[in-house]
Amino acid sequence: MPEMTFTDAARAGLAEEMARDPLIFVVGEGIGPRGGNFNTTVGLHELYGDMRLRDTPISERGFTGLCTGAAVLGARPVVDFMFLDFELDALGEIINQTSRLRWMSNGQVNVPIVIRGGVGVASTGPHHSANLFSVFMHIPGLYVVTPVFPADAKGLLKTAIRSNDPVIFLEHKKLLKLKGPVPDGEYLVPFGKAAVVRSGTDVTVVAISFPVIEALSAARMLEADGISAEIIDPRTLVPLDIDTILESIAKTHRLLIVDEDYGPCGAAAEIAAQVMERAFYELDAPVRRLNGAFIPAPYSPPLEAAVVPNAARIAQAVRSLIQE
Amino acid sequence: MDPAVEIHLPLPKDQALNLYRTMLLIRYCEEQLVKSYARGEIPGGMHTYIGEEAVAAGVCANLRHDDAVFSTHRGHGHALAKGMSPEKLIAEVLGKATGSSAGRGGSMHLFAPEAGFYGTSGIVGPSILLASGAGYAAKLAGNDRVGVAFFGDGGSNNGAFHEGINMATAWQLPVLFVCENNLYATEVAFSNASKITDIAGRAAGYGLPGVVVDGNDVLAVYLAANAAVQRARAGEGPTLLECKTYRTRAHSEGMRDVGYRTTQEVDSWKARDPIHLWKNHLLQQDEASEAELSALEVEVFKQAEDSAQFARQSPMPDPTTVYDHLYSQEVQHA
Repeated sequence: MPEMTFTDAARAGLAEEMARDPLIFVVGEGIGPRGGNFNTTVGLHELYGDMRLRDTPISERGFTGLCTGAAVLGARPVVDFMFLDFELDALGEIINQTSRLRWMSNGQVNVPIVIRGGVGVASTGPHHSANLFSVFMHIPGLYVVTPVFPADAKGLLKTAIRSNDPVIFLEHKKLLKLKGPVPDGEYLVPFGKAAVVRSGTDVTVVAISFPVIEALSAARMLEADGISAEIIDPRTLVPLDIDTILESIAKTHRLLIVDEDYGPCGAAAEIAAQVMERAFYELDAPVRRLNGAFIPAPYSPPLEAAVVPNAARIAQAVRSLIQE
Repeated sequence: MDPAVEIHLPLPKDQALNLYRTMLLIRYCEEQLVKSYARGEIPGGMHTYIGEEAVAAGVCANLRHDDAVFSTHRGHGHALAKGMSPEKLIAEVLGKATGSSAGRGGSMHLFAPEAGFYGTSGIVGPSILLASGAGYAAKLAGNDRVGVAFFGDGGSNNGAFHEGINMATAWQLPVLFVCENNLYATEVAFSNASKITDIAGRAAGYGLPGVVVDGNDVLAVYLAANAAVQRARAGEGPTLLECKTYRTRAHSEGMRDVGYRTTQEVDSWKARDPIHLWKNHLLQQDEASEAELSALEVEVFKQAEDSAQFARQSPMPDPTTVYDHLYSQEVQHA
């Protein structure tokens, strides 16, 4: 299998889909001839031109609403937000229109749209570091996708583009240059199937987005202490593959959830609640959460290092969980 | 008026009568709904279109069934003029299983994709963006469908107006923006909300044509919309059409309707009722006889009455249907 970066794999998926369906178009600021701030569309404008690679004014609400209307009429837009933070101007459209048109029309219309944006703390400061997974998990009618590995970036993006329902596709900025094997040829990664990225027997660690990479490092540290950690990447938060998490807990009887996003009402809180409802008697210790600090994301490296759940903190949280 | 657009006046008789029929259908259906509201048959809120019928009728008479209309919270008229069945409309407002969304939407969430009608809305502004997207989809697919946004003077002060009209003009999308300026955004006078008088004057700032018409004159609306739709279909870009009109009932049915406008003002607009104006025109121009028009009135009244009867007799929805259609395929949830 060839090695590719996350960005190159996702772009290959987009390119394959655009070649397959002429009604797919991408909008965003600088996604035309420039190829996107994060190189999401490099080389595509020269193939497909302005109508399919549409550079936009800084009108986030406007082009999200426009793309929602286009989707209702049968086009298949991919909205490229660069940074999730910019998407917040469009939240009214996403919640009131994009997510609801299908249900409120009693299934008479579809809204096949992909809304992608860079997430995560990466020396990007308070206005370019949002995660906000649970904001979208809280809205009925949306899929929420958080790829980690290059192969998943490609396969999940292709599934997202083929979905007849709106997909929130969130790519952590620290993952974009990550290299990994990507299968040759056409393949799709289904929504709602978590990946057990490392097998273990003593503790289950569910990590969301970039923290999966930190959790793998933590697992290697823990191995030296004789602790065997199983690492699960949910890959999609909606639908959430709770069954894979429960199967792991039935084996390890301990759960730590790692999420760089805020703790209160967050994705980790939701996963913890579902586990308590369905597997309380499997647990030998309380479910633990390790979240990013509940403050706006700082800029300077030592400040940032103080607020994100890195490998050392994950290892420490596991050790303390094992001792309970 | 674009000199290249040929309009033959007077209108062919069937078209002239169709405008009358559409306005009557809207008025009579609204009156049935007002009656239902008073009887307590409507579980939620409802904004009537009474007094503004000429706008929906005049615009939609220029549209094909595959042109896409996006409407407002005051959208019963747009739905009917675009071809939505009055049975489904009234049943939806009554919350019935036979309604256009089987009771899950009500007055502000009416959909009839089979007629190119993609929804009334509870939020002011998005129709401008969604219709621009319909225009984008048409241009992308290479067909000559047109997107149409209805919105009010209130919508014209929402950011969606700026962002949507700017993009549609920059990209020369086939869209018609129809601003129904009825002078009040809910109960806030436009004169308290903006310094200008003509919203169409803003068009110059975006680089698209802006046209002002008497929104109670169905012929004026029809002609202006005809030119705009032809421009859009010919790939010449969007138009902003401002129709000056007035709602003669309260903002929302059952709401207190005092303190922000005078009885004299309401009466002066009632005296310019668009349906009476058109009837007088048809009679004065000898385009139709009193007997013909009366027969049409009886026929359309019966259609509205039968539709309301159908809606009242329809069953309430089965509660187990409420989870249907959230996603296009089954999804496991928490």
